[in-house]
Amino acid sequence: MQPVELSSVEIVTAIRQGDVSAERVVTAFLDRIARLDGSINAFLVVDREGALAKAAEIDRRRKSGQPLGPLAGLPVAVKDVLCTADLPTTCASKMLAGFRPPYDADVVARLRRADAVIVGKTNMDEFAMGGSNENSAFGPVHNPWDLDRAPGGSSGGSAAAVAADMAPATLGSDTGGSIRQPAGLCGITGLKPTYGRVSRRGLIAFASSLDQVGPMCRSAADCGLLMETIAGHDPGDATSLDTAVPPYTQLLDQPLAGLRIGRVAAHFAAGLDTEVARGVEEAFAVFKAAGATIHDVELPHARYGVPTYYLVAPCEAASNLARYDGAHYGHRCGPASGGKSAGDGATAFDSPLVEMYCHSRAEGFGPEVKRRIMLGTYALSAGYYDAYYAKALRVRHLIRQDYLDAFATVDVIGGPVSATPAFRLGEKTGDPLAMYLVDMYTVSTNLAGIAGISFPCGFTRSGLPVGFQLQGPALSEPLLLRAADRFQHLTEWHRRRPAGCSV
Amino acid sequence: MSLSATDVAKVGVLARLALSPTEVEAMARQLSSIVGFVSQLEELDTTRIEPLAHPLDTRNVFRDDVPQTCLTTNQALQSAPRHDGECFLVPAVLGETGAA
Amino acid sequence: MPADASPFTTVIGLEVHVQLLTRTKLFCGCPTTFGAPANTQVCPVCLGLPGSLPVMNRRAFDLALRAALALDCTIAPFTKWDRKNYFYPDLPKGYQISQYDLPFSSDGSLEVVDPKGAFPPRRVGIIRVHLEEDAGKSMHDEAAGTADSRIDLNRAGTPLVEIVSQPDLRSPQEARAWLNELKLLLVYLGVSDCNMQEGSLRVDANVNLHVPRGDGSTAKTPIVEIKNMNSFRSVERALAYEAARQWEEWQRTGIEMGKAPKQTRGWDDAAGITRGQRHKEESSDYRYFPDPDLVPVTVAAEELAAIRAAMGEPPTRLRAALAEKWGIPAADAAVIVNQGRDVVAYYETVAGLVGEGKPAANWLQQDVLRTLNETGGTITDFPVGPAALADLIGRVGRGEFDTARGREIFAGLLTLGRAALPADVAAAVAALGITAVSDDELTDLVRGLLTANPKIVADVKGGKEQAAAGLIGQARKQNPNVNPGKVREVALTLIRAM
Ligand SMILES: [Mg+2]
Ligand SMILES: [Zn+2]
Repeated sequence: MQPVELSSVEIVTAIRQGDVSAERVVTAFLDRIARLDGSINAFLVVDREGALAKAAEIDRRRKSGQPLGPLAGLPVAVKDVLCTADLPTTCASKMLAGFRPPYDADVVARLRRADAVIVGKTNMDEFAMGGSNENSAFGPVHNPWDLDRAPGGSSGGSAAAVAADMAPATLGSDTGGSIRQPAGLCGITGLKPTYGRVSRRGLIAFASSLDQVGPMCRSAADCGLLMETIAGHDPGDATSLDTAVPPYTQLLDQPLAGLRIGRVAAHFAAGLDTEVARGVEEAFAVFKAAGATIHDVELPHARYGVPTYYLVAPCEAASNLARYDGAHYGHRCGPASGGKSAGDGATAFDSPLVEMYCHSRAEGFGPEVKRRIMLGTYALSAGYYDAYYAKALRVRHLIRQDYLDAFATVDVIGGPVSATPAFRLGEKTGDPLAMYLVDMYTVSTNLAGIAGISFPCGFTRSGLPVGFQLQGPALSEPLLLRAADRFQHLTEWHRRRPAGCSV
Repeated sequence: MSLSATDVAKVGVLARLALSPTEVEAMARQLSSIVGFVSQLEELDTTRIEPLAHPLDTRNVFRDDVPQTCLTTNQALQSAPRHDGECFLVPAVLGETGAA
Repeated sequence: MPADASPFTTVIGLEVHVQLLTRTKLFCGCPTTFGAPANTQVCPVCLGLPGSLPVMNRRAFDLALRAALALDCTIAPFTKWDRKNYFYPDLPKGYQISQYDLPFSSDGSLEVVDPKGAFPPRRVGIIRVHLEEDAGKSMHDEAAGTADSRIDLNRAGTPLVEIVSQPDLRSPQEARAWLNELKLLLVYLGVSDCNMQEGSLRVDANVNLHVPRGDGSTAKTPIVEIKNMNSFRSVERALAYEAARQWEEWQRTGIEMGKAPKQTRGWDDAAGITRGQRHKEESSDYRYFPDPDLVPVTVAAEELAAIRAAMGEPPTRLRAALAEKWGIPAADAAVIVNQGRDVVAYYETVAGLVGEGKPAANWLQQDVLRTLNETGGTITDFPVGPAALADLIGRVGRGEFDTARGREIFAGLLTLGRAALPADVAAAVAALGITAVSDDELTDLVRGLLTANPKIVADVKGGKEQAAAGLIGQARKQNPNVNPGKVREVALTLIRAM
């Protein structure tokens, strides 16, 4: 088999056993990126030199019998929302074009210590805001299954890179579905860990109480392998959980008999694509056949998830993105725009400083980021806080309580990850609200801080992947990974590859 | 609930975003529709529900008062749009005050 | 003008920011050393770099608790951190991490008593004490006329407590005295060094006037917030200026509180005036909300008890304890305690060695503190150590020589150029040729003088005891080491026996 066809688990095993060199594996993926990414645009930066040097070092160390990390030689691409000291980190924003952080994100440092090979930074929606990857300042990502379609977002580059075999494993971030939704639309497996399970230090914040880093891979087993490296307590993140990390990959091999899966009738209401509905129902049938039991559960406030999310997330984002003001780093407007008054007389600036702020931010941010900053600023401003932000927090409480109630009777909740398969590029860009609704099945997981996994459960007649989502209580990652892994032993959906990208 | 161009312009000043009249107009339309959408939360009676700002129940996370290595001045200034080798440079801070 | 003659009452509330004595910043491990070269004490967290996260300094929280307990505040069992959002180049995140609706402490007080009774004892309420991070420093050289301001972020993230008083102060003098008391308390407890020159203590003042009307009601002038005061003296001067200015304005315009927005005025120390500052309405919309990067803090009763136990005596209690223990007047105890812990320790060592409190208090106030005042040194490196001073005081007490002689020796010790020891006192006594005059020696000397001065003997016998003083000068001429009191005493005894 070609290295690019191997799973992450297979790659690290083969390299450790000396069946293949790290250099050969890394070269194969780099060559594939060089060949395919021109039409997919999943990568913002490819570090060919650095990756090959690291691969050579791993091979040297293996030959001389030195110990190797658990991910030795595994090519990993990381979403450009994660800080890398040796590579530019832009969040796909003109605001941070060329920005080089002086430090590695905790997860990146963990990858390096585990001897993974970081091959590049993946494209995304600007500052992780979007559901289609069309909000990147560096062009949209194309879905490998149909280049005219969106890969989903905001971790669209990470999803597409795995789907097109340009990387066996990537890291994404999930604030309202940004790992699970693109994983679903690209036919790969993505895990959104419990809030706090993975450190956020060095993850460029979108909405701090919702953001979580997670693996995006070909299979649940691969996600488990990545989690063993990236999860864990970080004293540098006050919201990181100080709880032991289970050996996820060793906990996979247990039967599903007795697993209680909840099914929410409201998930199948009008608006759910019939082919998606069919794929999801078939997945329930597979679980049932494997010994799981299916139970009706209700999440009475689920339909308020999206409006709640579109208050909580923008409020936090407006504050998190205040630091991009052109003063200490990032884009600063030129004297042409900042040195004189606004050409169209829209705003009278109080001082050259305020003028610099306003123009730098206007030039550096794209339209969706501006929209969310405006929305969040408005919802927190004097006179509106209680009606919007505080109200959303109360509903957030109800949404979390719904899950606690449901998990009293079932172990996990299954259902669709998005209402439709991959939509066409440009299809929703004119209507922000329509785009927000692509998150309808995923945002509540983040609001509640619990875990969720998305994996392929079928294909439409036109050949687009359909994703299945399992949500579980806090720290239920071992169970979610095990359920998805069992499913992947019984099905072949996750092994399918887009035709245009065949080896 | 709808936002006027004046509302949007005010928020633009708070958010430090220069918006052209065309942008203000488009933003007023879009924000009005989004605010209308999120206003469906009003349907819910939440008077007895505590706001939940964060999913974690964790409390009391501290670090010890032990000095760590700092960045060098060069590292600190490496991404600054303007600096003089010691300090960040920004357009004149004159009459304005920050806050205490 | 005496208070009862004033046509108005000055109402003052203070807002004090105090830097905590930690080694590192509030949310990162950067040191807080004063005076380091610009931007050398910074890291991704205090630079507000993308992806950086704050983690709370345990020591800062403990010191803040100590300050609040000392100010008799109620400690909240649950407290959280909020973001105060505003754009300013010395605030790299675009928000300050502070506390809004649930500060960790509230509702305390601090009393100030003037030992000389210049104003009545004043208990000033504390509305709240909260913890927050400091901003950096922006520098603009207006004279140079450059277009840029320079930003140094060394200070950004330094831990501060903000102490907000009730408007309970009634004169600029009281405000200054209260600030002195507050500073003393915080320094005593090791909460802060309160060094205003280094920005470890900063004061803003809110002031307005209450003017009684003929009908028994009270008119209030609009509140003015005064900023930029860099010493307690400036605070006093600025408040006095502002009270006079508001009185003048009130008489001219009659504008009352609520009819004009709250004004912010900056104190110009050189000109001795306050000036109106630009105030934008939108800038006060800080859009506070809970910081999602930090978790709340709960404080257990045992924790508070432990902090209270480790806190040490606050100045008020120490003053009373010192007066009681050494039998000295309250005013003496106040002077000593107000000098700080080191002076108290010095005093107690001296008093202990002498075995008596009052002479030690006298010497400390009249000689040691006066010298320190003139030379500007600190007690810890004062050239006359406690053992040497106690030795000196002991000799005077035993009548080896009088206080004037003692002062000469004290002055000699100051010029040694090193820390004086008791041995140095002995050497100085010897060098000055001071030897104790024995009783026999003295009796012989006085006898001789009485023989030579029959008029004095007659006068004394005739009831004019004060005539004996005429012998003292002659005695000292014969032997400079005689104790004048003893000369008088021996002379009277001998004359009575004649
Ligand atoms: Mg403050
Ligand atoms: Zn720092």
